[in-house]
Amino acid sequence: MGKATRDAYGEGLREMGLENKDIIVLDADLSKSTKTNVFGKAFPDRFFNVGIAEQNLMGVAAGLAAAGKIPFVSTFAMFAAGRGFEQIRNSICYPKLNVKIAATHAGLTVGEDGASHQAIEDISLMRSIPNMTVIVPADAMEARHAVAFAAKYHGPVYLRLGRVSVPDVFGDGYKFEVGKAVELANGSDVTIIATGIMVSPARRAADELVAAGFSARVLNMHTIKPIDKEAIIKAAQDTGAIVTCEEHSIIGGLGSAVAEVVVENMPVPMERVGVLDTFGESGTPDVLLEKYNLTVADVVQAAKRVISRKR
Amino acid sequence: MAEKLTAEKIAELEKRAKAVRRSIVSAVTEAKSGHPGGSLSAADIVTVLYFAEMKNDPHAPEDPDRDRFVLSKGHAAPVLYATLAERGYFPHSELMTLRKIDSRLQGHPSMKALPGIDMSTGSLGQGLSAASGMALAGQIDGRDYRVFAVLGDGELEEGMVWEAAMFAAHYKLDNLTAFVDYNGLQIDGPVAEVMSPLPIPEKFLAFGWNVLEIDGHDVAQIYDAIQTAKNVKGKPTVIVARTVKGKGVCEMENVADWHGKAPSSEECINFLSQLED
Repeated sequence: MGKATRDAYGEGLREMGLENKDIIVLDADLSKSTKTNVFGKAFPDRFFNVGIAEQNLMGVAAGLAAAGKIPFVSTFAMFAAGRGFEQIRNSICYPKLNVKIAATHAGLTVGEDGASHQAIEDISLMRSIPNMTVIVPADAMEARHAVAFAAKYHGPVYLRLGRVSVPDVFGDGYKFEVGKAVELANGSDVTIIATGIMVSPARRAADELVAAGFSARVLNMHTIKPIDKEAIIKAAQDTGAIVTCEEHSIIGGLGSAVAEVVVENMPVPMERVGVLDTFGESGTPDVLLEKYNLTVADVVQAAKRVISRKR
Repeated sequence: MAEKLTAEKIAELEKRAKAVRRSIVSAVTEAKSGHPGGSLSAADIVTVLYFAEMKNDPHAPEDPDRDRFVLSKGHAAPVLYATLAERGYFPHSELMTLRKIDSRLQGHPSMKALPGIDMSTGSLGQGLSAASGMALAGQIDGRDYRVFAVLGDGELEEGMVWEAAMFAAHYKLDNLTAFVDYNGLQIDGPVAEVMSPLPIPEKFLAFGWNVLEIDGHDVAQIYDAIQTAKNVKGKPTVIVARTVKGKGVCEMENVADWHGKAPSSEECINFLSQLED
């Protein structure tokens, strides 16, 4: 098991803080959980707690950016994308200010805190705002690269990070390119497009499909916006069937983003693995993933279904 | 003690404010929509800021050491545009493009559209947070610029204002000065009846701010309050400025209906005649 993407965020942020003195970090009373406390300890004069006030968190970040700073702001995804939505839209994205929103504890794997804290709508909300870039790292290595990208890119970025440890997908030589999907396995019968913590289950699903006599391509879609249209169209052309996997509602997230590209360019059968328009509940992360159909078996079944729908 | 305005400067500022008011009425009439009432009530405050106080250069709107202005009550955009035109940021003729397609003068201020706008606003309650962020950045960098924000009294009903109020006091942002354009009216009627934000000074005091109360149409009082605020260390200052919505046009004064309504061409002629030098 590797690290959680939020842990990698905390370390990556400290690294960026050494390189760039303009990086300022803001948190809303969750710095121990979001791991911004790592930065806070290293650079106390560039770390500001705004208290439990997420609207102001976004607004202050906008002002800092307007004055030339590079603010990274963190809280749980529910309160960043949810509570702060309108501030992100009007104070950050409309003027295209250089604010990085690193939202942790996204998805069902928040676990025991239950539905009130399980953001399954944040990708949908964030990708619908003009000027926003949306990145969902699959593992710690990718999270580190995403933080480095966000620090250097000029404009609003939403980084979706998780609470729980995830297996390492990438090694030291990994080259992250924003907006470019990463092919993790090649295949010809179906393409599984996954994001975030669902990338590892997608790979294992592909292995099982191979064992069952199918050939599956796996794409890690770390950037939801701008989405890699080319890779999606190529997948549709080459494999004729697509399954998307995300720890997010099937409404508005990766599945929707991929479907938009597929139907407009190269319509092929699709299945979406994700949370089915329902709220989560309390439970351990693993049990929740199982109950809400986000397991390797669910991906395998979806792949078999979509392959059977091919003409 | 801070310097006082000379009689000549007071006369100049009053003349400028009148010109700004004429531009507001003309621009909103031409646009056939917009918010004249709250623009006219803030005209003296914004005029004093741009013509007597703020470090600002129409030819260097991005100067990192400039003072910043955030019109948190963004619907009063006409007062900001009129003042920027008067100050030389762009020609007066452009005011006639207000709210029209392809204009840099958006219905609410857009910093990406028009140089000289320090923050995009319009959704009420957000400007004080942005102003606080700018003030914090100034303190981090050791720059001596100051940040000014103008809020509406009805805007104080937004909860986010009080998140920002807590923040600015907590981080001792004494380079931040906020005005409350206390004209007493919001769209649906008197603020005291719709959802009372009163008493305003006591609220800010309780949040740890330095509080001043003035007549928001007396340019000398506005100027003096700003000077007082500059000398207060360790806390932000709010200047609660008692104003008249629609100030300067008798038909508009203290009438909530003129919050978001444009004058007709006939009304405009009458209104402008009341604003002549």
